[in-house]
Amino acid sequence: MAWGLLLPQSFAGGRQPTAAIRKHPVINTADTAWVLVSSALVLLMTPGLAFFYGGLVRKKNVLSVLMQCVMIMCLITVQWTLLGYSLAFGSSHGGLIGGLDFLALRGVGLDPNAEYAGTIPHQAFMAFQMMFAIITPALIVGAFAERIRFGAFCVFSLLWATLVYDPMAHWVWGAGGWLRNLGALDFAGGTVVHINAGMAALAAALVLGRRKGYPDTSPPHNLPFAVLGAGLLWFGWFGFNSGSALAANGVAVNAFLVTHVAAAAAGLSWALIEWLIIRRPTVLGIISGVVAGLVAITPAAGFVGIGGALAIGAGAGGICYLAVSLVKSRLGYDDSLDAFGVHGIGGIWGAIATGLWASTAVNPAGANGLFYGGIKLFGVQLLAVAVSAVYSFGASYLLFRLVGAIVPLRVSEHDERVGLDLTQHREAGYTLID
Amino acid sequence: MKLIVAIIQPDRLPEVLDELEKRQIHLVTASNVLGRGRQHGVSEVYRSHQEVGNLLKKVRLEVAVNEDFVKPTVEAIVSGANTGQIGDGKIFVLELAECVRIRTGETGCVAIG
Repeated sequence: MAWGLLLPQSFAGGRQPTAAIRKHPVINTADTAWVLVSSALVLLMTPGLAFFYGGLVRKKNVLSVLMQCVMIMCLITVQWTLLGYSLAFGSSHGGLIGGLDFLALRGVGLDPNAEYAGTIPHQAFMAFQMMFAIITPALIVGAFAERIRFGAFCVFSLLWATLVYDPMAHWVWGAGGWLRNLGALDFAGGTVVHINAGMAALAAALVLGRRKGYPDTSPPHNLPFAVLGAGLLWFGWFGFNSGSALAANGVAVNAFLVTHVAAAAAGLSWALIEWLIIRRPTVLGIISGVVAGLVAITPAAGFVGIGGALAIGAGAGGICYLAVSLVKSRLGYDDSLDAFGVHGIGGIWGAIATGLWASTAVNPAGANGLFYGGIKLFGVQLLAVAVSAVYSFGASYLLFRLVGAIVPLRVSEHDERVGLDLTQHREAGYTLID
Repeated sequence: MKLIVAIIQPDRLPEVLDELEKRQIHLVTASNVLGRGRQHGVSEVYRSHQEVGNLLKKVRLEVAVNEDFVKPTVEAIVSGANTGQIGDGKIFVLELAECVRIRTGETGCVAIG
């Protein structure tokens, strides 16, 4: 986010708090309104994601995916207010993890916290961050869908949020976080949200193994749901990226526009590639492209202009298409709904692309990418990608193994056949007759 | 000619189709149906209300065959659908009076395969 940007003492977004503001915090009503609206928009992305994923699974598992997403909304909200926010944004211990000073939101009041957002109440900042903490573990659902035991899922999600998400949020966005101090640029969460969830998704797919019958599993049971979900994600992403300016200002407007343009370019490039290669542009293809574009522009949204957005979007459509259609089938892992292929790969592309197309002409608080003469930023971006990808994959892998040693991760073969809706929740998504 | 109608568990459909395929039986019609036998299978619960007497989801297969394929068809369905559990389903073998291939107007044993 803008404050995640990491040049010490500087705040992106023309919102540089002066010493006077720091002493006498003044709440800007426009900024506060925008961040509150953005928080609601980001929250809506999780039900949107639920429908995106829910449409892609088989009929017998649709409720299980919706349930996992709603459970995460509830579970992580409580975790975040009690502990998570403090681990991510509390006073830093060696740049690695936040302290317990904000435990149970102690000291998180209505005055601004100039360290993070000097013109909005600290609670608004906390609420905005909470929505990111919610959607990130929800993204991983795409990798273990249709075969995970619900209890194991709950334990894993809670531990993952605490041991993987919260520390990484601290590294990149927390005051004193080591990646932030290094100068890595991540405007709205390409590293913390998408690379992080994407690598965890890969670990999940590897630990859990393939679904029974994969790769000859049935096609998506309700693509219209997936389109609905993609639409909600696109809509919510304006809050995700534009809201990350943490102010109603020019940086927010730039982020809004480049987010939209990158999504469109990516949907277009994915559909065109399909048109060329398999002779038919598909609905699932164009919406996957849109999501890939939104993922890729996320770290760059506050630092690149329209040209960069077009390039990042078009690249995301192509690269994620390759990851999903070629790499996955070659390597044979079963990332059910392509959480790694779209969020992991798209996130990595976006973080690297930020090091290419970022320009101080767009945002003076940012830095110049390789195409604007900034070699250092490019190197830092590569380092941030490598470190976060390795940490996230390693920690998630171990965590899955650990949870798997305590409770079974996978449902029985019988339950997998019958479906998770009936066996995990005793409900069915659809009736056959009225 | 016989019409073989089978009611099976939905999750066994892939196996049954495999078994039929192995015996060169390619012509199958499948539909989703609801029904109940003697089984008290997995029932659904809505907001803690147990739904009693629910009809359960099943798949109905229809295969029309000449006499020499009756036995292999029945075997295929049994071997694909049998789990040894209550609710595995039933197979009905019916006499089939006539069969017409719409495209050509052929009738009887020729039309069936």
